[in-house]
Amino acid sequence: MKRTSLIAAVVFILSPFSNALAADAINAGDTAWIIVATALVMMMTPAGLALFYGGMSRYKNLLNTFAMTFVAYCLASVIWVVWGYTLAFGPDLGGVIGGMGNFLLSGIGPESVEGSIPTLVFVLFQMTFAGITVALVLGSIVDRIKFSSWIVFTVLWLTFVYSPVAHWVWGGGWMGDLGALDFAGGNVVHINAGVAGLVLSLMVGKRIGYGKEAMFPSSITLTAVGAALLWFGWFGFNAGSQLAADGVAGSAFLVTNTSAATGALAWMFAEWWINRKPTVLGIASGVVAGLVAITPAAGFVGLGASLFIGMGAGIIGFFSVAKMKQAIGYDDSLDAFGVHGICGIWGAIATGIFANPAITEGASGLLYGNPKQVLIQIVSVIATAAFSAGATFLLVHLTRILTGGLRVTTEEEIEGLDSSLHGERAFEIPA
Amino acid sequence: MKKVEAVIKPFKLDDVKEALNEIGIQGMTISEVKGYGRQKGHKEIYRGAEYVVDFIPKIKIEIVLEASQVDQVVKTIRESAMTGKLGDGKIFVFPVEQAIRVRTGETGKDAI
Repeated sequence: MKRTSLIAAVVFILSPFSNALAADAINAGDTAWIIVATALVMMMTPAGLALFYGGMSRYKNLLNTFAMTFVAYCLASVIWVVWGYTLAFGPDLGGVIGGMGNFLLSGIGPESVEGSIPTLVFVLFQMTFAGITVALVLGSIVDRIKFSSWIVFTVLWLTFVYSPVAHWVWGGGWMGDLGALDFAGGNVVHINAGVAGLVLSLMVGKRIGYGKEAMFPSSITLTAVGAALLWFGWFGFNAGSQLAADGVAGSAFLVTNTSAATGALAWMFAEWWINRKPTVLGIASGVVAGLVAITPAAGFVGLGASLFIGMGAGIIGFFSVAKMKQAIGYDDSLDAFGVHGICGIWGAIATGIFANPAITEGASGLLYGNPKQVLIQIVSVIATAAFSAGATFLLVHLTRILTGGLRVTTEEEIEGLDSSLHGERAFEIPA
Repeated sequence: MKKVEAVIKPFKLDDVKEALNEIGIQGMTISEVKGYGRQKGHKEIYRGAEYVVDFIPKIKIEIVLEASQVDQVVKTIRESAMTGKLGDGKIFVFPVEQAIRVRTGETGKDAI
Protein backbone atom coordinates (compact mmCIF):
# COMPACT_ATOMS: atom_id res chain seq x y z
CA MET A 1 0.00 0.00 0.00
CA LYS A 2 2.72 2.39 1.00
CA ARG A 3 4.81 1.25 -1.88
CA THR A 4 1.96 1.92 -4.31
CA SER A 5 1.38 5.39 -3.03
CA LEU A 6 5.09 6.08 -3.24
CA ILE A 7 5.09 5.06 -6.91
CA ALA A 8 1.97 7.14 -7.48
CA ALA A 9 3.68 10.10 -5.91
CA VAL A 10 6.75 9.65 -8.09
CA VAL A 11 4.58 9.34 -11.18
CA PHE A 12 2.67 12.45 -10.19
CA ILE A 13 5.87 14.42 -9.79
CA LEU A 14 7.35 13.15 -13.04
CA SER A 15 4.18 13.39 -15.08
CA PRO A 16 4.73 16.90 -16.43
CA PHE A 17 8.03 15.68 -17.85
CA SER A 18 7.16 12.25 -19.18
CA ASN A 19 4.09 11.14 -21.09
CA ALA A 20 5.28 7.57 -20.99
CA LEU A 21 4.78 7.39 -17.26
CA ALA A 22 1.47 9.18 -16.86
CA ALA A 23 -0.97 9.21 -19.75
CA ASP A 24 0.55 6.33 -21.67
CA ALA A 25 0.70 3.67 -19.00
CA ILE A 26 -0.15 0.15 -20.07
CA ASN A 27 -3.42 -1.05 -18.58
CA ALA A 28 -3.45 -4.80 -17.95
CA GLY A 29 -7.21 -5.20 -18.37
CA ASP A 30 -7.30 -3.29 -21.64
CA THR A 31 -4.29 -5.17 -22.94
CA ALA A 32 -5.70 -8.57 -22.04
CA TRP A 33 -8.97 -7.78 -23.77
CA ILE A 34 -7.36 -6.50 -26.97
CA ILE A 35 -5.11 -9.55 -27.21
CA VAL A 36 -8.22 -11.74 -27.01
CA ALA A 37 -10.12 -9.48 -29.41
CA THR A 38 -7.26 -9.70 -31.91
CA ALA A 39 -7.42 -13.49 -31.80
CA LEU A 40 -11.20 -13.33 -32.31
CA VAL A 41 -10.85 -11.10 -35.37
CA MET A 42 -8.07 -13.31 -36.74
CA MET A 43 -10.44 -16.27 -36.67
CA MET A 44 -12.97 -14.37 -38.79
CA THR A 45 -10.81 -14.66 -41.92
CA PRO A 46 -9.38 -18.17 -42.37
CA ALA A 47 -12.25 -19.82 -40.46
CA GLY A 48 -15.35 -17.60 -40.55
CA LEU A 49 -15.09 -16.00 -43.95
CA ALA A 50 -13.52 -19.06 -45.62
CA LEU A 51 -16.47 -21.20 -44.52
CA PHE A 52 -19.06 -18.50 -45.23
CA TYR A 53 -17.73 -17.96 -48.75
CA GLY A 54 -16.60 -21.55 -49.37
CA GLY A 55 -20.04 -22.96 -48.68
CA MET A 56 -21.57 -20.54 -51.18
CA SER A 57 -19.12 -21.30 -53.98
CA ARG A 58 -19.71 -24.29 -56.20
CA TYR A 59 -18.44 -27.71 -55.02
CA LYS A 60 -15.68 -27.67 -57.62
CA ASN A 61 -14.32 -24.33 -56.36
CA LEU A 62 -14.70 -24.73 -52.61
CA LEU A 63 -11.00 -25.28 -51.89
CA ASN A 64 -9.96 -22.46 -54.20
CA THR A 65 -12.15 -20.13 -52.15
CA PHE A 66 -10.44 -21.39 -48.99
CA ALA A 67 -7.02 -21.01 -50.62
CA MET A 68 -7.68 -17.40 -51.64
CA THR A 69 -8.94 -16.56 -48.14
CA PHE A 70 -5.99 -18.20 -46.36
CA VAL A 71 -3.43 -16.62 -48.65
CA ALA A 72 -5.07 -13.20 -48.26
CA TYR A 73 -4.66 -13.45 -44.50
CA CYS A 74 -1.05 -14.68 -44.79
CA LEU A 75 -0.11 -11.89 -47.22
CA ALA A 76 -1.78 -9.28 -45.02
CA SER A 77 0.12 -10.62 -41.99
CA VAL A 78 3.44 -10.03 -43.72
CA ILE A 79 2.63 -6.82 -45.61
CA TRP A 80 1.15 -5.18 -42.53
CA VAL A 81 4.21 -5.60 -40.34
CA VAL A 82 6.64 -4.67 -43.13
CA TRP A 83 5.05 -1.63 -44.77
CA GLY A 84 1.25 -1.62 -44.30
CA TYR A 85 1.19 -0.44 -40.70
CA THR A 86 3.50 2.47 -41.31
CA LEU A 87 1.48 3.56 -44.38
CA ALA A 88 -1.66 3.55 -42.24
CA PHE A 89 -0.42 4.59 -38.80
CA GLY A 90 3.07 5.98 -39.38
CA PRO A 91 3.84 9.71 -39.12
CA ASP A 92 1.12 11.59 -41.00
CA LEU A 93 1.97 13.08 -44.39
CA GLY A 94 -0.59 15.75 -45.30
CA GLY A 95 -3.55 13.79 -43.91
CA VAL A 96 -3.32 11.39 -46.86
CA ILE A 97 -0.86 8.66 -45.93
CA GLY A 98 1.52 7.59 -43.20
CA GLY A 99 5.26 7.96 -43.71
CA MET A 100 7.88 5.23 -43.63
CA GLY A 101 8.88 5.94 -40.01
CA ASN A 102 7.63 2.56 -38.79
CA PHE A 103 8.82 0.48 -41.76
CA LEU A 104 9.35 -3.08 -40.48
CA LEU A 105 7.87 -1.76 -37.22
CA SER A 106 11.08 0.13 -36.55
CA GLY A 107 10.83 2.30 -33.48
CA ILE A 108 8.19 0.05 -31.94
CA GLY A 109 9.26 -2.22 -29.12
CA PRO A 110 7.71 -4.01 -26.14
CA GLU A 111 7.78 -0.76 -24.18
CA SER A 112 5.90 1.29 -26.83
CA VAL A 113 2.40 2.30 -25.80
CA GLU A 114 -0.66 3.20 -27.86
CA GLY A 115 -3.40 4.60 -25.60
CA SER A 116 -3.39 2.11 -22.75
CA ILE A 117 -2.15 -0.97 -24.62
CA PRO A 118 1.24 -1.97 -26.03
CA THR A 119 1.71 -0.64 -29.56
CA LEU A 120 2.61 -4.15 -30.72
CA VAL A 121 -0.85 -5.37 -29.68
CA PHE A 122 -2.40 -2.43 -31.52
CA VAL A 123 -0.38 -3.33 -34.63
CA LEU A 124 -1.64 -6.91 -34.53
CA PHE A 125 -5.23 -5.88 -33.86
CA GLN A 126 -5.12 -3.61 -36.91
CA MET A 127 -3.40 -6.34 -38.95
CA THR A 128 -6.38 -8.65 -38.56
CA PHE A 129 -8.60 -5.89 -40.00
CA ALA A 130 -6.39 -5.55 -43.06
CA GLY A 131 -6.56 -9.33 -43.52
CA ILE A 132 -10.31 -9.63 -43.44
CA THR A 133 -10.90 -6.55 -45.59
CA VAL A 134 -8.95 -7.79 -48.58
CA ALA A 135 -10.39 -11.29 -48.12
CA LEU A 136 -13.93 -9.85 -48.25
CA VAL A 137 -13.24 -8.61 -51.78
CA LEU A 138 -12.73 -12.12 -53.16
CA GLY A 139 -16.40 -12.99 -52.74
CA SER A 140 -17.11 -11.07 -55.91
CA ILE A 141 -14.85 -13.12 -58.16
CA VAL A 142 -14.73 -16.69 -56.89
CA ASP A 143 -15.01 -19.48 -59.46
CA ARG A 144 -12.94 -17.73 -62.17
CA ILE A 145 -9.88 -15.67 -61.17
CA LYS A 146 -6.30 -16.94 -61.57
CA PHE A 147 -4.61 -17.67 -58.27
CA SER A 148 -1.54 -15.64 -59.30
CA SER A 149 -3.77 -12.68 -60.16
CA TRP A 150 -5.43 -12.88 -56.76
CA ILE A 151 -2.06 -12.88 -54.98
CA VAL A 152 -0.74 -9.88 -56.93
CA PHE A 153 -4.03 -8.01 -56.49
CA THR A 154 -3.98 -8.66 -52.74
CA VAL A 155 -0.47 -7.22 -52.36
CA LEU A 156 -1.29 -4.14 -54.47
CA TRP A 157 -4.68 -3.51 -52.90
CA LEU A 158 -3.48 -3.72 -49.30
CA THR A 159 -0.68 -1.31 -50.13
CA PHE A 160 -2.45 1.25 -52.27
CA VAL A 161 -6.09 1.08 -51.14
CA TYR A 162 -6.47 -0.38 -47.66
CA SER A 163 -3.52 1.32 -45.98
CA PRO A 164 -4.35 4.86 -47.17
CA VAL A 165 -8.05 4.56 -46.32
CA ALA A 166 -7.20 3.22 -42.86
CA HIS A 167 -4.91 6.23 -42.47
CA TRP A 168 -7.65 8.67 -43.49
CA VAL A 169 -10.06 7.39 -40.88
CA TRP A 170 -7.98 6.05 -37.99
CA GLY A 171 -4.37 7.07 -38.62
CA GLY A 172 -4.75 10.82 -38.18
CA GLY A 173 -5.84 11.49 -41.76
CA TRP A 174 -8.34 13.91 -43.24
CA MET A 175 -11.50 11.84 -42.84
CA GLY A 176 -11.05 11.52 -39.10
CA ASP A 177 -10.25 15.24 -38.90
CA LEU A 178 -13.45 16.00 -40.80
CA GLY A 179 -15.35 14.33 -37.97
CA ALA A 180 -16.55 11.25 -39.84
CA LEU A 181 -17.67 8.58 -37.39
CA ASP A 182 -16.44 5.09 -38.21
CA PHE A 183 -16.11 3.08 -35.03
CA ALA A 184 -14.88 -0.27 -36.32
CA GLY A 185 -14.60 0.00 -40.07
CA GLY A 186 -17.78 0.74 -42.01
CA ASN A 187 -15.82 2.85 -44.48
CA VAL A 188 -12.39 1.32 -44.09
CA VAL A 189 -13.51 -2.29 -44.19
CA HIS A 190 -16.95 -2.81 -45.63
CA ILE A 191 -17.62 -0.01 -48.11
CA ASN A 192 -14.01 -0.20 -49.24
CA ALA A 193 -14.12 -3.99 -49.80
CA GLY A 194 -17.64 -3.98 -51.23
CA VAL A 195 -16.92 -1.34 -53.86
CA ALA A 196 -13.59 -2.95 -54.75
CA GLY A 197 -15.46 -6.24 -55.18
CA LEU A 198 -17.98 -4.65 -57.52
CA VAL A 199 -15.22 -3.14 -59.69
CA LEU A 200 -13.26 -6.38 -59.71
CA SER A 201 -16.29 -8.46 -60.69
CA LEU A 202 -17.14 -6.07 -63.53
CA MET A 203 -13.56 -6.20 -64.82
CA VAL A 204 -13.04 -9.95 -64.48
CA GLY A 205 -16.41 -10.64 -66.09
CA LYS A 206 -19.22 -13.08 -65.44
CA ARG A 207 -18.76 -16.77 -64.79
CA ILE A 208 -19.30 -19.06 -67.77
CA GLY A 209 -22.97 -20.00 -67.81
CA TYR A 210 -24.02 -17.21 -65.41
CA GLY A 211 -27.77 -16.70 -65.58
CA LYS A 212 -28.20 -19.78 -67.78
CA GLU A 213 -27.06 -22.73 -65.75
CA ALA A 214 -27.77 -23.57 -62.14
CA MET A 215 -24.91 -22.66 -59.79
CA PHE A 216 -25.69 -24.38 -56.55
CA PRO A 217 -23.82 -23.47 -53.38
CA SER A 218 -21.60 -26.37 -52.31
CA SER A 219 -22.86 -26.42 -48.73
CA ILE A 220 -25.24 -24.07 -46.99
CA THR A 221 -24.23 -25.88 -43.78
CA LEU A 222 -20.64 -24.65 -44.11
CA THR A 223 -21.92 -21.16 -44.89
CA ALA A 224 -24.08 -21.14 -41.77
CA VAL A 225 -21.16 -22.30 -39.58
CA GLY A 226 -19.04 -19.58 -41.19
CA ALA A 227 -21.66 -16.94 -40.38
CA ALA A 228 -21.75 -18.14 -36.77
CA LEU A 229 -17.95 -17.85 -36.51
CA LEU A 230 -18.05 -14.39 -38.09
CA TRP A 231 -20.66 -13.36 -35.53
CA PHE A 232 -18.48 -14.70 -32.69
CA GLY A 233 -15.38 -12.99 -34.04
CA TRP A 234 -17.24 -9.75 -34.62
CA PHE A 235 -17.47 -9.21 -30.86
CA GLY A 236 -13.69 -8.76 -30.97
CA PHE A 237 -13.98 -6.62 -34.07
CA ASN A 238 -16.50 -4.14 -32.65
CA ALA A 239 -16.08 -4.30 -28.89
CA GLY A 240 -12.31 -4.50 -29.42
CA SER A 241 -12.32 -1.32 -31.49
CA GLN A 242 -12.81 0.66 -28.30
CA LEU A 243 -9.20 -0.41 -27.57
CA ALA A 244 -10.14 -0.66 -23.91
CA ALA A 245 -12.08 -2.95 -21.61
CA ASP A 246 -14.65 -0.39 -20.55
CA GLY A 247 -18.31 0.54 -20.69
CA VAL A 248 -18.27 1.67 -24.31
CA ALA A 249 -16.78 -1.71 -25.25
CA GLY A 250 -19.65 -3.34 -23.38
CA SER A 251 -22.16 -1.17 -25.21
CA ALA A 252 -20.55 -2.01 -28.55
CA PHE A 253 -20.77 -5.70 -27.64
CA LEU A 254 -24.49 -5.34 -26.89
CA VAL A 255 -25.49 -3.45 -30.03
CA THR A 256 -23.38 -5.77 -32.21
CA ASN A 257 -25.29 -8.82 -31.08
CA THR A 258 -28.67 -7.12 -31.32
CA SER A 259 -28.05 -5.84 -34.82
CA ALA A 260 -26.89 -9.27 -36.03
CA ALA A 261 -30.03 -10.87 -34.65
CA THR A 262 -32.47 -8.32 -36.07
CA GLY A 263 -30.60 -8.40 -39.40
CA ALA A 264 -31.10 -12.16 -39.61
CA LEU A 265 -34.78 -11.96 -38.66
CA ALA A 266 -35.50 -9.09 -41.06
CA TRP A 267 -33.78 -10.84 -43.99
CA MET A 268 -35.61 -14.07 -43.19
CA PHE A 269 -39.03 -12.45 -43.02
CA ALA A 270 -38.42 -10.36 -46.16
CA GLU A 271 -37.43 -13.47 -48.06
CA TRP A 272 -40.27 -15.52 -46.61
CA TRP A 273 -42.71 -12.84 -47.70
CA ILE A 274 -41.29 -12.32 -51.21
CA ASN A 275 -39.98 -15.77 -52.17
CA ARG A 276 -42.26 -17.91 -49.99
CA LYS A 277 -39.44 -19.72 -48.19
CA PRO A 278 -37.25 -18.68 -45.23
CA THR A 279 -33.87 -20.02 -46.41
CA VAL A 280 -30.91 -20.78 -44.15
CA LEU A 281 -28.69 -18.91 -46.60
CA GLY A 282 -30.98 -15.91 -46.05
CA ILE A 283 -30.74 -16.14 -42.26
CA ALA A 284 -26.93 -16.48 -42.40
CA SER A 285 -26.68 -13.57 -44.85
CA GLY A 286 -28.90 -11.46 -42.61
CA VAL A 287 -26.57 -12.06 -39.66
CA VAL A 288 -23.66 -10.71 -41.68
CA ALA A 289 -25.71 -7.80 -43.05
CA GLY A 290 -26.67 -6.77 -39.51
CA LEU A 291 -23.05 -7.06 -38.33
CA VAL A 292 -21.77 -5.00 -41.26
CA ALA A 293 -24.26 -2.21 -40.65
CA ILE A 294 -23.56 -1.89 -36.91
CA THR A 295 -19.77 -1.84 -37.44
CA PRO A 296 -19.34 1.93 -37.95
CA ALA A 297 -21.96 2.65 -35.28
CA ALA A 298 -20.98 0.14 -32.58
CA GLY A 299 -19.39 2.55 -30.10
CA PHE A 300 -21.73 5.44 -30.83
CA VAL A 301 -25.32 4.18 -30.75
CA GLY A 302 -27.65 2.83 -28.12
CA LEU A 303 -29.78 -0.28 -27.99
CA GLY A 304 -32.87 1.16 -29.68
CA ALA A 305 -30.87 2.33 -32.66
CA SER A 306 -29.24 -1.08 -33.02
CA LEU A 307 -32.63 -2.77 -33.36
CA PHE A 308 -33.41 -0.42 -36.21
CA ILE A 309 -29.98 -0.57 -37.86
CA GLY A 310 -30.02 -4.38 -37.94
CA MET A 311 -33.56 -4.52 -39.26
CA GLY A 312 -32.75 -2.02 -42.00
CA ALA A 313 -29.65 -3.99 -42.95
CA GLY A 314 -31.59 -7.26 -43.29
CA ILE A 315 -34.18 -5.71 -45.56
CA ILE A 316 -31.75 -3.61 -47.60
CA GLY A 317 -29.34 -6.53 -47.91
CA PHE A 318 -32.04 -8.88 -49.12
CA PHE A 319 -33.28 -6.48 -51.77
CA SER A 320 -29.80 -5.59 -52.97
CA VAL A 321 -28.74 -9.20 -53.60
CA ALA A 322 -32.07 -10.71 -54.59
CA LYS A 323 -33.52 -7.88 -56.66
CA MET A 324 -31.00 -5.13 -57.46
CA LYS A 325 -28.23 -7.48 -58.60
CA GLN A 326 -30.60 -9.44 -60.84
CA ALA A 327 -31.99 -6.22 -62.29
CA ILE A 328 -28.58 -4.73 -63.08
CA GLY A 329 -27.05 -8.07 -64.04
CA TYR A 330 -23.46 -8.02 -62.74
CA ASP A 331 -21.95 -11.25 -61.45
CA ASP A 332 -20.79 -10.50 -57.89
CA SER A 333 -20.67 -14.24 -57.11
CA LEU A 334 -21.04 -14.15 -53.33
CA ASP A 335 -22.35 -10.58 -52.97
CA ALA A 336 -19.35 -8.77 -51.55
CA PHE A 337 -20.94 -5.55 -52.81
CA GLY A 338 -24.57 -6.37 -52.04
CA VAL A 339 -23.89 -7.32 -48.41
CA HIS A 340 -20.73 -5.44 -47.43
CA GLY A 341 -20.92 -2.43 -49.73
CA ILE A 342 -24.60 -1.62 -49.50
CA CYS A 343 -25.12 -2.54 -45.84
CA GLY A 344 -21.86 -0.71 -45.04
CA ILE A 345 -23.27 2.46 -46.64
CA TRP A 346 -26.50 2.03 -44.68
CA GLY A 347 -24.49 1.63 -41.48
CA ALA A 348 -22.34 4.70 -42.16
CA ILE A 349 -25.38 6.90 -42.77
CA ALA A 350 -27.30 5.37 -39.86
CA THR A 351 -24.35 6.27 -37.62
CA GLY A 352 -24.85 9.89 -38.62
CA ILE A 353 -28.51 9.63 -37.71
CA PHE A 354 -28.37 7.67 -34.44
CA ALA A 355 -25.03 8.59 -32.83
CA ASN A 356 -25.85 9.30 -29.20
CA PRO A 357 -23.49 11.48 -27.13
CA ALA A 358 -24.55 9.53 -24.03
CA ILE A 359 -22.57 6.55 -25.40
CA THR A 360 -19.44 8.32 -26.60
CA GLU A 361 -19.14 11.95 -25.65
CA GLY A 362 -18.96 14.36 -28.57
CA ALA A 363 -20.39 11.92 -31.13
CA SER A 364 -23.90 13.19 -31.91
CA GLY A 365 -26.08 12.41 -34.87
CA LEU A 366 -29.18 13.88 -36.44
CA LEU A 367 -31.51 12.66 -33.69
CA TYR A 368 -29.35 14.38 -31.06
CA GLY A 369 -29.32 17.80 -32.66
CA ASN A 370 -26.44 17.42 -35.09
CA PRO A 371 -27.88 17.07 -38.62
CA LYS A 372 -24.50 18.01 -40.07
CA GLN A 373 -23.18 14.58 -39.04
CA VAL A 374 -25.32 12.91 -41.72
CA LEU A 375 -23.71 15.11 -44.34
CA ILE A 376 -20.23 14.31 -43.04
CA GLN A 377 -21.06 10.60 -43.16
CA ILE A 378 -22.30 10.92 -46.76
CA VAL A 379 -19.12 12.75 -47.75
CA SER A 380 -17.04 10.00 -46.14
CA VAL A 381 -19.01 7.29 -47.95
CA ILE A 382 -18.66 9.00 -51.32
CA ALA A 383 -14.95 9.66 -50.81
CA THR A 384 -14.27 6.07 -49.74
CA ALA A 385 -16.33 4.59 -52.56
CA ALA A 386 -14.84 6.87 -55.21
CA PHE A 387 -11.26 6.29 -54.10
CA SER A 388 -11.77 2.54 -53.73
CA ALA A 389 -13.41 2.28 -57.17
CA GLY A 390 -10.81 4.38 -58.97
CA ALA A 391 -7.76 2.87 -57.30
CA THR A 392 -9.09 -0.68 -57.62
CA PHE A 393 -9.73 -0.06 -61.32
CA LEU A 394 -6.09 0.92 -61.85
CA LEU A 395 -4.75 -1.93 -59.73
CA VAL A 396 -6.82 -4.53 -61.58
CA HIS A 397 -5.32 -3.25 -64.85
CA LEU A 398 -1.85 -3.47 -63.36
CA THR A 399 -2.56 -6.97 -62.08
CA ARG A 400 -3.74 -8.01 -65.53
CA ILE A 401 -0.44 -6.83 -67.03
CA LEU A 402 1.71 -8.42 -64.31
CA THR A 403 0.03 -11.83 -64.41
CA GLY A 404 -0.84 -12.03 -68.12
CA GLY A 405 -4.61 -11.88 -67.79
CA LEU A 406 -6.98 -12.26 -64.84
CA ARG A 407 -9.02 -15.29 -65.70
CA VAL A 408 -8.35 -18.99 -65.75
CA THR A 409 -8.86 -20.72 -69.10
CA THR A 410 -12.33 -21.87 -70.12
CA GLU A 411 -11.28 -25.51 -69.63
CA GLU A 412 -9.96 -24.79 -66.13
CA GLU A 413 -13.11 -22.89 -65.19
CA ILE A 414 -15.40 -25.68 -66.38
CA GLU A 415 -13.29 -28.41 -64.76
CA GLY A 416 -13.31 -26.45 -61.50
CA LEU A 417 -10.46 -24.59 -59.84
CA ASP A 418 -9.95 -27.10 -57.00
CA SER A 419 -8.81 -29.68 -59.48
CA SER A 420 -7.29 -27.49 -62.21
CA LEU A 421 -5.38 -25.05 -59.97
CA HIS A 422 -4.77 -26.98 -56.75
CA GLY A 423 -4.96 -30.63 -57.79
CA GLU A 424 -7.27 -31.44 -54.88
CA ARG A 425 -10.89 -32.08 -54.11
CA ALA A 426 -12.91 -30.70 -51.21
CA PHE A 427 -14.86 -33.86 -50.54
CA GLU A 428 -14.59 -37.50 -51.38
CA ILE A 429 -18.14 -38.48 -52.16
CA PRO A 430 -18.52 -42.24 -52.62
CA ALA A 431 -20.59 -43.22 -55.66
CA MET B 1 -38.53 -64.90 -67.93
CA LYS B 2 -39.36 -61.27 -67.42
CA LYS B 3 -37.74 -58.27 -65.85
CA VAL B 4 -39.83 -55.86 -63.80
CA GLU B 5 -38.32 -52.43 -63.50
CA ALA B 6 -39.98 -50.04 -61.08
CA VAL B 7 -39.07 -46.40 -60.50
CA ILE B 8 -40.42 -45.34 -57.10
CA LYS B 9 -40.15 -42.66 -54.43
CA PRO B 10 -36.99 -43.29 -52.38
CA PHE B 11 -38.75 -43.33 -49.02
CA LYS B 12 -41.03 -46.13 -50.25
CA LEU B 13 -38.16 -48.56 -50.85
CA ASP B 14 -38.43 -50.36 -47.51
CA ASP B 15 -42.20 -50.82 -47.87
CA VAL B 16 -41.80 -52.22 -51.37
CA LYS B 17 -38.95 -54.52 -50.37
CA GLU B 18 -40.89 -55.94 -47.43
CA ALA B 19 -44.02 -56.45 -49.49
CA LEU B 20 -42.02 -58.29 -52.15
CA ASN B 21 -40.27 -60.44 -49.55
CA GLU B 22 -43.67 -61.44 -48.22
CA ILE B 23 -44.73 -62.81 -51.61
CA GLY B 24 -41.48 -64.74 -51.93
CA ILE B 25 -39.29 -62.52 -54.07
CA GLN B 26 -35.76 -63.42 -52.98
CA GLY B 27 -33.58 -60.77 -54.59
CA MET B 28 -33.52 -57.49 -56.38
CA THR B 29 -31.13 -54.85 -57.65
CA ILE B 30 -31.68 -51.21 -56.86
CA SER B 31 -30.05 -47.99 -57.99
CA GLU B 32 -30.37 -44.34 -57.10
CA VAL B 33 -31.58 -42.53 -60.18
CA LYS B 34 -32.91 -39.10 -61.09
CA GLY B 35 -35.73 -38.21 -63.42
CA TYR B 36 -38.97 -36.40 -63.89
CA GLY B 37 -42.41 -37.08 -65.27
CA ARG B 38 -45.68 -35.37 -64.47
CA GLN B 39 -44.39 -34.38 -61.03
CA LYS B 40 -41.91 -32.03 -62.78
CA GLY B 41 -39.08 -30.55 -60.79
CA HIS B 42 -39.00 -27.90 -58.11
CA LYS B 43 -37.54 -24.45 -57.71
CA GLU B 44 -34.66 -23.45 -55.42
CA ILE B 45 -33.80 -19.81 -54.79
CA TYR B 46 -30.37 -18.77 -53.49
CA ARG B 47 -30.16 -15.05 -52.75
CA GLY B 48 -32.58 -14.32 -55.55
CA ALA B 49 -30.96 -16.64 -58.12
CA GLU B 50 -33.70 -19.05 -59.13
CA TYR B 51 -32.73 -22.54 -60.25
CA VAL B 52 -35.23 -25.13 -61.48
CA VAL B 53 -34.26 -28.59 -60.37
CA ASP B 54 -35.76 -30.80 -63.11
CA PHE B 55 -34.47 -34.16 -62.02
CA ILE B 56 -35.82 -35.52 -58.79
CA PRO B 57 -34.11 -38.40 -56.94
CA LYS B 58 -35.86 -41.75 -57.35
CA ILE B 59 -35.05 -45.39 -56.68
CA LYS B 60 -35.08 -47.89 -59.52
CA ILE B 61 -35.75 -51.53 -58.59
CA GLU B 62 -34.96 -54.32 -61.02
CA ILE B 63 -36.26 -57.85 -60.49
CA VAL B 64 -35.92 -60.76 -62.90
CA LEU B 65 -38.59 -63.41 -62.39
CA GLU B 66 -40.69 -66.09 -64.02
CA ALA B 67 -43.41 -64.83 -66.34
CA SER B 68 -46.10 -66.36 -64.12
CA GLN B 69 -45.09 -64.12 -61.19
CA VAL B 70 -45.29 -60.83 -63.08
CA ASP B 71 -48.90 -59.88 -62.36
CA GLN B 72 -48.60 -60.52 -58.64
CA VAL B 73 -45.31 -58.61 -58.37
CA VAL B 74 -46.59 -55.62 -60.32
CA LYS B 75 -49.68 -55.50 -58.12
CA THR B 76 -47.57 -55.74 -54.94
CA ILE B 77 -45.23 -52.94 -56.04
CA ARG B 78 -48.15 -50.73 -57.02
CA GLU B 79 -49.87 -51.20 -53.70
CA SER B 80 -46.77 -50.74 -51.59
CA ALA B 81 -45.25 -47.81 -53.51
CA MET B 82 -48.41 -45.77 -53.86
CA THR B 83 -49.00 -42.52 -51.99
CA GLY B 84 -51.68 -41.24 -54.38
CA LYS B 85 -49.72 -38.10 -55.25
CA LEU B 86 -47.90 -37.13 -58.44
CA GLY B 87 -44.45 -38.68 -58.61
CA ASP B 88 -45.27 -42.17 -57.32
CA GLY B 89 -43.34 -43.61 -60.25
CA LYS B 90 -43.76 -46.17 -63.03
CA ILE B 91 -43.37 -49.90 -63.58
CA PHE B 92 -42.03 -51.43 -66.78
CA VAL B 93 -42.00 -55.10 -67.79
CA PHE B 94 -39.45 -56.49 -70.25
CA PRO B 95 -38.79 -59.91 -71.72
CA VAL B 96 -35.51 -61.49 -70.60
CA GLU B 97 -33.62 -63.79 -72.94
CA GLN B 98 -31.35 -65.59 -70.54
CA ALA B 99 -30.11 -65.56 -66.94
CA ILE B 100 -26.88 -67.18 -65.73
CA ARG B 101 -25.68 -67.63 -62.16
CA VAL B 102 -22.02 -66.65 -62.07
CA ARG B 103 -20.95 -69.08 -59.34
CA THR B 104 -22.47 -72.29 -60.73
CA GLY B 105 -23.19 -71.57 -64.36
CA GLU B 106 -26.87 -72.53 -63.89
CA THR B 107 -29.13 -70.94 -66.49
CA GLY B 108 -32.78 -70.00 -66.96
CA LYS B 109 -35.19 -70.16 -64.05
CA ASP B 110 -32.66 -72.05 -61.90
CA ALA B 111 -30.46 -68.99 -62.02
CA ILE B 112 -33.03 -66.50 -60.76
